[in-house]
Amino acid sequence: MSGYDQGKGSDVLDAEDRARFEQLVLPHLDAAFNLARWLLRRRADSEDVAQEAMLRAYRFFRGFHGGDARAWLLQIVRNACYTWLEKNRPVELMTEFDEELHPQPSTSPEALAIAGDNRERLTRALETLPPRFREVLVLRELEGCSYKEIASITAIPIGTVMSALARARQRLHRALTQSSPQEASREL
Amino acid sequence: MSCDFTTTLLHGYLDDELDAARAAEFERHLECCHECTAALGAEESLRSSLQRSGLYENAPVELRKKIRAGLDAATASSAGMRIPAWRLIAVAATVLLLAGVSWFSWSRAGKDSASTAPFTVAEIIDAHVRSLQPGHLTDVTSTDQHTVKPWFNGRLAFVPPVKDFADEGFTLVGGRLDVLGGQNVAALVYSRRKHIINVFVLPTKEPDTAIHPPGLRQGYQWRHWRRQGMEYCAISDVSDSDLYELAQLMYQ
Repeated sequence: MSGYDQGKGSDVLDAEDRARFEQLVLPHLDAAFNLARWLLRRRADSEDVAQEAMLRAYRFFRGFHGGDARAWLLQIVRNACYTWLEKNRPVELMTEFDEELHPQPSTSPEALAIAGDNRERLTRALETLPPRFREVLVLRELEGCSYKEIASITAIPIGTVMSALARARQRLHRALTQSSPQEASREL
Repeated sequence: MSCDFTTTLLHGYLDDELDAARAAEFERHLECCHECTAALGAEESLRSSLQRSGLYENAPVELRKKIRAGLDAATASSAGMRIPAWRLIAVAATVLLLAGVSWFSWSRAGKDSASTAPFTVAEIIDAHVRSLQPGHLTDVTSTDQHTVKPWFNGRLAFVPPVKDFADEGFTLVGGRLDVLGGQNVAALVYSRRKHIINVFVLPTKEPDTAIHPPGLRQGYQWRHWRRQGMEYCAISDVSDSDLYELAQLMYQ
């Protein structure tokens, strides 16, 4: 893992550290869980990884020198998610390179007929995107992160966040169109 | 897709991340490019479905408990070595107190001081989302504060302060009546670039507060404060720095 100062993980953490951590980092637990949930897609896995990442953040808390605590935490969560994916579902990380060769999993028309339910439809479409597209959308639209924050969390150069989002949105439109032609949001 | 702008710049505009010159350039371009106008509309509707469909998943309570237990273990194991018992008790008491204080302030921020505000976050978000439905935004539409303010006269038992901040980048769009926590409230509507900000105003007997730390849920941010007998809650999908700027302008 790189990109942020982890400090010395062996530092002894005292009550003061604990109180600061509770105040600065713990309030972002929802953000941590939400990101893990969308990267890993399964709640149980997300809980495990979010927990591990939070405790890891605590161990390295002395390496946090102020600034944006949410971005700092989300960076750790994101790295933990990718490490977990590499180990447990490496195929998912590969799909983004040759996705054109493999058709996206399509949902049955019956399921979609019932799914006038927007939430269901959007969830399915988001989950078909490769993780690297999914994460920028989640950070921007659900977490409300600025481009600068997205850059520091995902390690994408700030100058390319805009085009990454452009491509991710294009993919999402396409996924929605494929899964539900009658609600095609835009011809691409 | 033929227009160069739709590929990237449009997204910077949508996300409010262009500098003023480039945003103005794009707006000029929008006036003559139907393709970009349509594409921007499609992106805006995709954004609003993403933000309104309840996709955000909060951490389960069980996870929170497990993490606290983990933090306890990581802190206590290091504190237990050669510290006299009385100090350990003092430390534990401090941890409890600080944890209590920060939990309290955290839960206040998270629930928008549900204990002190006469409405809940869910109600504010619902009211904001409802206002964005076609035709629901304003009862009186005017950028003139001298039109909007008198409109509330006789419709509410109080007179909300109404000011336009167009020079600072927050244009008054209008006002409407709304209901929060069973009370009639004034909703002032501002626009920041293309984003809508609702500011709910209602009278209160509670003392003034500073502008509380931001809350975020489902992609919406809010800021809450009390000032001179009025309770304010501003909510929007704009960035918190924008929201805070408006809150400060209104606070003066």
